[in-house]
Amino acid sequence: MIQFQNVVKRYPGGQEALSQVSLRMDEGAMAFLTGHSGAGKSTLLKLIALIERPTRGQITVNGQHLNTLPRRKVPYFRRGIGIIFQDHHLLHDRSVFDNVALPLVILGYRRPEIARRVRAALDKVGLLHKEKAQPVTLSSGEQQRVGIARAVVHKPAILLADEPTGNLDPALSREIMELFLQFNQVGVTTLIASHDLELITTLGKPILKLHAGKLVHAEPQPEIAP
Amino acid sequence: MSRAPARKARPARGNAPPIHTRFQAWGVNHAQALVFSLGRLYRNPFGAALTLAVIAIALALPSGLWLALKNLQAASGDWDHGAQLSVFVADSVTDSALAQLAGRIQALEAVERAQPLTREDALAEFRALSGFGEALDLLDHNPLPALVLVTPVPAHQGPAEVQALARQLEALEGVTQAQVDMQWVQRLQALLEMTRRGVVLVAILLGLGVLLVVGNTIRLDILNRRREIEVAKLVGATNGFIRRPFLYGGLWLGLFGGLLALFIVGLALVLLNGPVQQLAALYGSDFRLQGPGFSGALGLLGTAVALGLGGSWIAVGRHLREIEPQ
Repeated sequence: MIQFQNVVKRYPGGQEALSQVSLRMDEGAMAFLTGHSGAGKSTLLKLIALIERPTRGQITVNGQHLNTLPRRKVPYFRRGIGIIFQDHHLLHDRSVFDNVALPLVILGYRRPEIARRVRAALDKVGLLHKEKAQPVTLSSGEQQRVGIARAVVHKPAILLADEPTGNLDPALSREIMELFLQFNQVGVTTLIASHDLELITTLGKPILKLHAGKLVHAEPQPEIAP
Repeated sequence: MSRAPARKARPARGNAPPIHTRFQAWGVNHAQALVFSLGRLYRNPFGAALTLAVIAIALALPSGLWLALKNLQAASGDWDHGAQLSVFVADSVTDSALAQLAGRIQALEAVERAQPLTREDALAEFRALSGFGEALDLLDHNPLPALVLVTPVPAHQGPAEVQALARQLEALEGVTQAQVDMQWVQRLQALLEMTRRGVVLVAILLGLGVLLVVGNTIRLDILNRRREIEVAKLVGATNGFIRRPFLYGGLWLGLFGGLLALFIVGLALVLLNGPVQQLAALYGSDFRLQGPGFSGALGLLGTAVALGLGGSWIAVGRHLREIEPQ
């Protein structure tokens, strides 16, 4: 589902964010990505979502060779991916419902179908009663869950999360991680960047460790071949 | 959320609804973008009003000038029919021969009226109209030639036809010269033509101004919604989807600017019509100001919409590309 072969990412200015990274995640797999800040976690996720392009090396995601994917096809490629950010990227000029509906509006669903799917997604993250609320009136845990609902509402094959629990207390963090486990159970390939080692080691999923742009450690490795 | 485990890699469009739904949704999407962009104007009334006022004034100015020109042309068109030829006759021609000559000219197909004026008639008229009558008394003979005043039929009022008639008349026996009294009309026409060019130039410059005003407004709008654009791109919005509300925003600015410009022009017409009619009455004319008419109004609105769309197209093409998720 996700495959990196000797991927190098160098930002303008010569700073090398990733060097010679190779990894493979099969369909339906789940893994955590950890490491210090600046180790290259976000860069790796951005490469998968085509927010950045690799300097060298091959990346294949969801059956697409990203190196040769033309610019105009990027939107269609991204529709197969759900992305969650630490600061959840919600739009504050519209309601929770409209935030979550955005991917479906873009995909061209009709209003009744949009309503049905948005409510299902909000129900899943436990915020069905907040659909009319404005994002600013929600707690940060709730805002994060709206972000998750938006990422999964169009049923992407791949779910990426960049520090989704970065601002949350341990109990809320665990709740969020359990949500991800549930999505993974229904077949969504899930990759989560997190430095909360204490939490993620208890979840029984492989952990990829990045250090200064290199993949240094992966354990256990049933689905992952670094 | 209920979802069967995916078994193989989906194609990127795999989670899209069926094609007919998407096609319908495409129409709905356009309608939504149209209404949404209108709502944006409504939510920012002060800024929108300022922009619209600038657009309206920039459109009303050349439209008003064009109308003024059109009216001047209409007014001078009336005078065209006054084209007259003075056919001067040799002194050797007697008064009775003059009357015969006038009769022959009158018989021509292109001539409506031919009025003979003997040397004495001409002297009397000159004395009456010029105010130089006393100067004439110092001369011992009448210096003025006899002439025939010729008015062509309306179908022969054009400059080329009148010139042809003049040549025809000059060929007649006893005629020394046929002079066309329409130089001043030609001069006025030339002046109007020059003014028309000037109005076209002003219109082009102000049109360019409208293009830039709309472009800049849409540019600021895009920059203000940068975050929204980033998020939309992240969840797979195509450039077309993102572009749409901005393009429609430009369309609304153009349309409303055009309507406001029409209103300004209409107001100016109403305010000017009274004095113009008074002036025309003093010249014994029942001339009234002409409005832009249906096609003129439609042309103005069409131009305004095209400029609005064009301006936003320029801004959108240039700036949407630059905004990518970070």
